Amino acid sequence: MIHISKRVDFTLFKGKAAWMNRFIGWGIRLLAVALSLVVCGVLIYALTKLNPVKVYAVMANGVFGTTRRVWAWLRDLALLLCISVGLAPAFKMRFWNIGAEGQVLVGGIATAACMIYMGGMNIPTPLLLLIMAATSIVAGAIWGIIPALFKARWNTNETLFTLMMNYIAIQLTSYFIPKWEHPKGSNTVGLINAGTQAGWFPSFMSKEALAKLDPNAWYTGLLKNTVGQPYLLNVLIVIAIVLFMFFYLKKSKHGYEIAVVGQSENTARYAAMNVKKVIVRTMTLSGAICGLGGFLAVAGADHTISAATAGGRGFVAIIVAWLAKFNTFVMILISAVLVFLEKGAIAIASEFSLSNDVSHIIKGIILFFILGSEFFINYQIKFTGKSGRRADK
Amino acid sequence: MEEKTNVTAEKKKVTIPRGDPAVEMIGITKTFGSIVANSSVSLSIYHGEILSLLGENGSGKTTLMNMLSGIYFPDAGTIKVNGKAVSIRSPKDAYDLHIGMIHQHFKLVGLLTAAENIMLGLKGKFVLDLKSVRKAVRDICEKYGFDIDPDKKVYDMSVSEKQTLEIVKVLYRGADILILDEPTAVLTPQETQRLFGIIRNMKADGKSIVIITHKLHEVMAVSDRVAVLRKGVYIGDLATKDTNPQQLTDMMVGRAVSLNIERPEPENIRECLKVENLSVVDSEGVTKLQDVSFTAYGGEILGVAGVSGSGQKELLEAVAGLQPAKPGSSIVFTDMDGKTSSLIGKTPMEIKKLGVHLAFVPEDRLGMGLVGDLDIADNMLIRTYTEGNSVFVDMKRPRKLAQEIVKEFEVVTPGITTPVRKLSGGNVQKVLVGREISGNPSLMMSAYAVRGLDINTSYTIYRLMNEQKKRGAAVIYVGEDLDVLLELCDRILVLCAGRISGIVDGRKTTKEEVGLMMTHLPSEEAQA
Amino acid sequence: MSTTVIQIITLITTAISFGTVILFGSLGEILTEKSGHLNLGVPGIMYLGGIGGLIGSFLYENASASPVPFVGMLVALAGTLICSVLGGLIYSFLTVTLRANQNVTGLTLTILGSGVANFFGGSLSKLAGGVGQISVPATSSAFCATQKLSDALVALVSKGASSSGFLRVLGGVLDGFDKVFLSYGFMVYVAVIIAILLSLFINRTSKGLNLRAVGENPATADAAGINVIRYKYLATCTGAAISGLGGLYYVMDYINGTWANDGNIEALGWLAVALVIFATWKPLRSIWGAYLFGALYWLYNYIPGLTRSMQEVFKMLPYAVTIIVLIMVSLRHKKEDLPPSSLGLSYFREDR
Repeated sequence: MIHISKRVDFTLFKGKAAWMNRFIGWGIRLLAVALSLVVCGVLIYALTKLNPVKVYAVMANGVFGTTRRVWAWLRDLALLLCISVGLAPAFKMRFWNIGAEGQVLVGGIATAACMIYMGGMNIPTPLLLLIMAATSIVAGAIWGIIPALFKARWNTNETLFTLMMNYIAIQLTSYFIPKWEHPKGSNTVGLINAGTQAGWFPSFMSKEALAKLDPNAWYTGLLKNTVGQPYLLNVLIVIAIVLFMFFYLKKSKHGYEIAVVGQSENTARYAAMNVKKVIVRTMTLSGAICGLGGFLAVAGADHTISAATAGGRGFVAIIVAWLAKFNTFVMILISAVLVFLEKGAIAIASEFSLSNDVSHIIKGIILFFILGSEFFINYQIKFTGKSGRRADK
Repeated sequence: MEEKTNVTAEKKKVTIPRGDPAVEMIGITKTFGSIVANSSVSLSIYHGEILSLLGENGSGKTTLMNMLSGIYFPDAGTIKVNGKAVSIRSPKDAYDLHIGMIHQHFKLVGLLTAAENIMLGLKGKFVLDLKSVRKAVRDICEKYGFDIDPDKKVYDMSVSEKQTLEIVKVLYRGADILILDEPTAVLTPQETQRLFGIIRNMKADGKSIVIITHKLHEVMAVSDRVAVLRKGVYIGDLATKDTNPQQLTDMMVGRAVSLNIERPEPENIRECLKVENLSVVDSEGVTKLQDVSFTAYGGEILGVAGVSGSGQKELLEAVAGLQPAKPGSSIVFTDMDGKTSSLIGKTPMEIKKLGVHLAFVPEDRLGMGLVGDLDIADNMLIRTYTEGNSVFVDMKRPRKLAQEIVKEFEVVTPGITTPVRKLSGGNVQKVLVGREISGNPSLMMSAYAVRGLDINTSYTIYRLMNEQKKRGAAVIYVGEDLDVLLELCDRILVLCAGRISGIVDGRKTTKEEVGLMMTHLPSEEAQA
Repeated sequence: MSTTVIQIITLITTAISFGTVILFGSLGEILTEKSGHLNLGVPGIMYLGGIGGLIGSFLYENASASPVPFVGMLVALAGTLICSVLGGLIYSFLTVTLRANQNVTGLTLTILGSGVANFFGGSLSKLAGGVGQISVPATSSAFCATQKLSDALVALVSKGASSSGFLRVLGGVLDGFDKVFLSYGFMVYVAVIIAILLSLFINRTSKGLNLRAVGENPATADAAGINVIRYKYLATCTGAAISGLGGLYYVMDYINGTWANDGNIEALGWLAVALVIFATWKPLRSIWGAYLFGALYWLYNYIPGLTRSMQEVFKMLPYAVTIIVLIMVSLRHKKEDLPPSSLGLSYFREDR
């Protein structure tokens, strides 16, 4: 018979034992990732007959091989991270916001609308970007507020509500595509403002300015690879959001309210908190940041909008936020690994002319292993004699 | 404090010849961690008798019976059913031995009908045969005088109907020994009378019935024999007809024990909290408090006694703004500087904004008073996090406060960054009481403040209550240990079924007087 | 027949064949959710079911010189059941045994399922050394085969059609009947039969009663001697098998035995989750709900003068209606319409 019980907490003891406990936790997680990589290696070997070690080398090259690739990795990482961080406050409040996909999309729609309708007005780029960011934030926030209001007032199931809001957003995107399509009849929006690049994220240093630099100076390469790159702004915005969210959750009064409401509504009422207000406010913020993710995706990366703009990141971000236990810095790590795997798998796929979808398989396998490993961190299994002590508490 | 010494001498061994016992529990011991719930208890249940298992809260009655019904498994001891030693490891095992227990928290599925709940988990035909269940239910009802609609959904049922359903369910499964855990706690007097009628019918049918209770008049009214437990120890049994409430009270509460708790004379008495005609109805429409009126004075400790669930929780929560009161109720608070404000209809936030310094140590420490997953320092913030104009919380003061509390009350913890969930019960309570006192309250309310605590910590809590009293705060102390209430409190308010059965002087009253008031309203005296 | 009647009949047939995909998906999910497990992996399971069937029949048709449609159908069915139950097993192992979070596990299953399905759907023929788009015509023909009313009857009626007004009307009615009720592959009827059986199982059998108790209150079910873990596993895996049939129907019948890498199955899978809410966890209600969703989704085709943009707004209708139902349910708070009480929560006996 197997007896399962909650793992004894060593953190009550000082010094060594506490560290042991933490070590066990991370050890189990690492083991899970290692195991999953072995499984993935076997899978890839079965498909490509390639030495698994070499496979991971191909992946690394596919992601970090050139400056361009590294920046593409950073760009995708930034977007996934932005959405994950946006979900963190909602999850910490135990509000299941499954609607990030939709919140990103409406943010993207708002951004695209600004680019299309204001792109020709000769608004200075910083101002235009600010307007775009603001509208995307408002759009995402609205998408977050709606289910929150119903949750606060009538306890409407938020998991299912936010899930449905995703598809409303997808259809809304499809509604705008024919209106904005370019070229006519293509049923795609195409690159918005392809000529003027109005509303596109700029590089901090233009190509011309970089060209004027002394090609032999030590700083030239550095500048080219950093401020000369178009995705630096994405990264900076997301760093700011990560820092903001870290302090918001850890240090602010709002963050404190979120923590208490998430733990026990009874305690929140005891502490004289307005639970409904906290729910609505937190979901507004969560939706707003996800909406800003749409701004990053459209203005900072794709420069177009389609139903695939969010590309399932809204769902992956849920997993990231959950696994990181709302710690924004752990989210960086997890998103980095996931985006690496995705891009690496695509590199393998293109090298062996396989379908890109192999990346989803690898992602799925690794996530399953990490999810399963949480059990071994929280519970311990004892193999007892033939009689399980089932009635015993 | 120690009173175990004389326990054996006190035991009243009365053997009532009744033939072979249906159930024998011999030397049963059960511990939970360091707490001994039952210590070598031996008890027999005979065929066709109504046995009352009497004892105060926490005396181990329910634990003992849970070992018969398969919820717990004893650490030591033997259980014999009809003379044969058995091992009961699950409720199913208990049913197979014809033992059924009706728990205080009903084990029913709300969405299902009565008949469906009865069928649940039983081996039977693949196709649900509700027809035969309905018939069987009707037969059982007719036989014992129940009234239950087999097709009524459980969520539509009153508490009394649910209890009836639980009894029918147990009978349907063939139980000959029925254990009822505090069956009357949730019933009106009329419903209680009906239940007693049913119990007598079942006895007439040859069933054995065990009633777990702490209400003396019920013991006297319905049972044939009484067995008394105190603090996990078996005290003795008596034939009901040979005893009286006074003797049972003595057995239940033990002799008055001197605890040497300090009780300074009240000084500078001033009116602090005036409650008039307070009535509270819970969300399910059950009246929890009815026309409660009293005044708590600054500089004294007002004890609140009563069997659990008599309205203590609702009383404190109504004052704290967590429980809506019925119209016509009035709660007026007078601050130390004489400012009065009405607390009725106010949310906790509004009460806080009135500047009312109110400390409240609730019964549910980790579910209401503290947040288990937050650390000690963060938990200091619950009352004060809104202070200051900054958007950020000021962490310096709570950290300092946490450190002070840890030091002053000798909280055993690796540090102030340890989540309170991981602390032991006593340390959790020290953190909670420490925080509440730190706000220099003019009204201090506490519910079961020493429940589950060791002796030293308990004395710390008593000392803290006295300090608040000396400061001039009004202290309301809801307790369950009468010895403590008698030595700590200046006055004792006794609640019985949501009403006040009297307020007595803590220095003059006796344990017996309070014990009787807990189970009798003055108006009931005539009937009893 | 007038054009309006013809249009209505086409809308009904479109709705029914479209609705059948989500009907399968939602029936499986209803069974799963009745055990207290919210499986957001339905799209993934439908993907797995679809590709499982396709791989099975593809291998069979590739190996056989003259594939027999009926055998192909059996192989496809087996492939679907194996793959979708495997998906269900992964999900239940993680959420029941390892008590992982249900939402996160379900979403991961959807990612994995879409990855596996689109990967093999895209590269299966290449991996097998062939070229071009994957196709299983023989198997598909078994799935698409339809029945008609007795030809003799129809011939008789149409012969007399010119002479008698009554017979002409009768002929029209018979023709309409054929189209509305008989113009589908057998899976459409299987879905309805499963829905009825599922409803009977849940409401009329003792095992169904136990299952409902597990989803409502696992602790009480446990105390009543019900093996909670076994019920959860069986409900989730059987549910996965039923959902997987939706993927099979889509691949074999709806798109005639090919593979399209267009994410349609995922969209349909989420529609199936929506349908569970719309049907308030009742299998019979999900039959007409599925057809209603189909009709709402395709309604734009039958409303003249819609721009392409407005067409997309019409496709929003099933989701919007579901949200309205969700809100109504929480407003009315009718106990029978609420989700199973323990939905989404893991059960650990010692937490009691």
